[in-house]
Amino acid sequence: MALLETRGLTAHYGDFQALFGVDLDLAEGETMAVIGANGAGKTTLMRSIAGVLAQSPDMVRFDGRAIGAMAPDDIMAAGIAMVPEGRKLFPSLSVEENLLMGCHRRKVAGPWSLETVYGLFPILKERRHQPGTALSGGQQQMVSIGRALMSNPRVLLCDEISLGLAPVVIKDIYAAFPQIRETGASIVVVEQDIGQAMKVADRVHCMMEGRVTLSGKPGELSREAIHDAYFGAAA
Amino acid sequence: MAGQTYTVSTRTAASQIAAVVALVLLVVAIALPAFASRSLIQDMFFILTMLTLAQFWNLLAGYGGLVSVGQQAFVGFGAYMLFGGAILWGVNPVAGLLLSGVFALILAIPTAFFAFRLQGAYFAIGTWVVAEVVRLSVAQWKAVGGGTGTSLPRDARDAMWGVEWIEAAFDTRSSAARDILAYWLALALAVATIGGIYWFLRTKRGLALAALRDNVDAARSVGVDSARMKWVVFLVAAFGTGIAGGLIFLQNGRISPDSAFSVIDWTAFVIFIVVIGGIGTIEGPIIGVLVFFALQTLLADFGAWYLMVLGGLGIAVMLFAPGGLWGLVSGRTGIQLFPIRRRLERRE
Amino acid sequence: MIWVDTVLQGVLLGGLYALFALGLSLVFGIMRLVNLAHGDLIVFAAYLILLLVTLLGLGPFMAAIVALPIMFALGWALQRVVLNRVLGTDILPPLLVTFGLSVVLQNALLEGFSADSRRIPAGWLETASLPIGPISLGVMPLLTFLSAIAVTLALQWVFYRTSLGRAFRATSDDPVTASLMGVKPASVFAKATGIAMIVVTIAALYLGTRANFDPTTGPARLIYAFEAVIIGGLGSLWGTLAGGIIIGVAQTVGAQINPEWQILAGHVAFLVVLLIRPRGLFPRAFD
Repeated sequence: MALLETRGLTAHYGDFQALFGVDLDLAEGETMAVIGANGAGKTTLMRSIAGVLAQSPDMVRFDGRAIGAMAPDDIMAAGIAMVPEGRKLFPSLSVEENLLMGCHRRKVAGPWSLETVYGLFPILKERRHQPGTALSGGQQQMVSIGRALMSNPRVLLCDEISLGLAPVVIKDIYAAFPQIRETGASIVVVEQDIGQAMKVADRVHCMMEGRVTLSGKPGELSREAIHDAYFGAAA
Repeated sequence: MAGQTYTVSTRTAASQIAAVVALVLLVVAIALPAFASRSLIQDMFFILTMLTLAQFWNLLAGYGGLVSVGQQAFVGFGAYMLFGGAILWGVNPVAGLLLSGVFALILAIPTAFFAFRLQGAYFAIGTWVVAEVVRLSVAQWKAVGGGTGTSLPRDARDAMWGVEWIEAAFDTRSSAARDILAYWLALALAVATIGGIYWFLRTKRGLALAALRDNVDAARSVGVDSARMKWVVFLVAAFGTGIAGGLIFLQNGRISPDSAFSVIDWTAFVIFIVVIGGIGTIEGPIIGVLVFFALQTLLADFGAWYLMVLGGLGIAVMLFAPGGLWGLVSGRTGIQLFPIRRRLERRE
Repeated sequence: MIWVDTVLQGVLLGGLYALFALGLSLVFGIMRLVNLAHGDLIVFAAYLILLLVTLLGLGPFMAAIVALPIMFALGWALQRVVLNRVLGTDILPPLLVTFGLSVVLQNALLEGFSADSRRIPAGWLETASLPIGPISLGVMPLLTFLSAIAVTLALQWVFYRTSLGRAFRATSDDPVTASLMGVKPASVFAKATGIAMIVVTIAALYLGTRANFDPTTGPARLIYAFEAVIIGGLGSLWGTLAGGIIIGVAQTVGAQINPEWQILAGHVAFLVVLLIRPRGLFPRAFD
């Protein structure tokens, strides 16, 4: 049975429909990439899973429970942690305090603690007393990922973590993924940057205009197929 | 398409009926002193002045987004300038109403200068502080009675324009004649206020104001100058509130700092009128003042309970029907008596 | 010498104003809510303490300790049931609801306790004073001032040394992201208002023992509190303490020149600060 699944997930912003029945399955320990252009509905998908956007209960199921209508704090307590788009560090908190916010409510024993997060991103330990916003973009992204890991989540949602970062920095950040996977967490990576996503993912789903247009293993998908699914066949 | 022409109109069937009814009501209201009792005239005076204050507060808060809790500064200062003018310079109190407006306007300039430095909710208390400063300063003004206040001098009362004529025409004593004069002035002020605000909201600037209320950033991006609009609205509201204040105390005949700068009488009541009636509409304050007057009449004997009910009603409306009573009516029926929205109509 | 005494008395009076203001500052700092009923809640707490003193025969300090959990619960419930519903980008609903609450509270107190002014009896403490050289300082004003410092330190500790304080600051920064971290903003806000009511109770103890109060005393306390918060800089706790002291000193100095100028001088000091430092003395770096 899938750990996390969406069934016929739809989402609306007023009159505008952003998702048209998305069905996805994430197995325990699996890493899934969701790629697509700007406006394809990727962030809406993430926000619906994390509970920021409330949907019908059955549209999202986690570990057998219908969580589609649950509040975001309860979903986080159940074990789904989010690295939000734009990093969203708390400006009045230091780096370490930002990390500690990750385990504010969900305090479960597991592989991740301040110590192991600092082990994963050593630079953060040096700068742990500085305000989170004093860091470079890449370092802020590390704080954001570390913050989500602090809750020892069963599912880690990463929304556009490469957005606005230099390629070399993106490479650094993705270098941490094998270690995160080793701890057994399931991961959903949402990206516009196809290359990185394909490298870390077991499976890839391509989205366009609120629908999943292509799914498969990274090695089995041709560039043309992805191109069509990403931009539309007519493009 | 080519054969059809379009016209822009704000008119609705309801608004045309309302205009006719309003005209009839206005004629009745002007003639009212001929057949109404003195106490009814006094009640009507109260309703009309509260309505005027409510319309100006609604312009500020409902349209301008400026939630002031310090409008009593303009009521009190306007009223005191009328008294000061009559006592010190022998200005006829009816002409003194202009002083009330002008001096309230002048007071509004430094008030805005200070209060606009405060954002959002702090603006509200900032205006209150200014009102307190004005109250405490006026209490030091010995010529108008300092902290205990004063009465309008007898010769100033007797010299009021029109009183003699009313005495003769209606065959009444001079005190009743003064009430009638005050009532007519209040009627004129209320009609001018509603008409003026309605006219203003339908002009290009008025539309800009509505745009600002709905979305500051979007309005700014199409060239609406929000800072300037706020100044205009604040000054206009101060001017009108000052005249209303002058008129209220002209009718009252007595003034003191505590009564003239009362936050309960000139701001709390006014806010409840607007909120209960429906904020951000011209109809709202009209409904609100009628509800307010009915409650006051019904609960007059219950003292503090009356204000508790009023406050509780205000809270309940804000929580469960933020559009107020008029919002409920207009939301269900779509009726607009003072339509501001422009609609495109096709003419065949 | 008389001026040294005047300024010292002003500083101590400032402690009382800081106590009025700290609760307001706390709530504003966390949820950007300005509670127009703040002054009336202080007066309400003063009546509660008075009631406990007269009915149960408790001393004023014991009565205040008993009142603390009651006021915390009241603040918590007020936030949960009423104020959380009106928080948002529109500033109008919270302002109007708390304004309505202010009118309701004042009149409920009027109905329950009449318009007579009251005082919480504090026995020998009322008149006790400490001679320091040629100057004599009242024990109650001194206790008030020390309490203001203690409350500021305690709030500072909660804010910067506890996990609740971290949640306060995170929620204040960004409630949506805070909820992704497992924070329930509605519950954090309720706790914050509960804590603000604890500060309100401490303020009420000193308000009620030092001077007479009646049901209409609240709004003026709200204004002093507000001035202290603005002078100090929004959201800065030490700034609020400093703001209270500035208002207090301005008032005693004003009163020394002309007794009728006491209140006016405090307001004028506020306007002057607003003129030269619109964001207060210790503004937050980011907002």
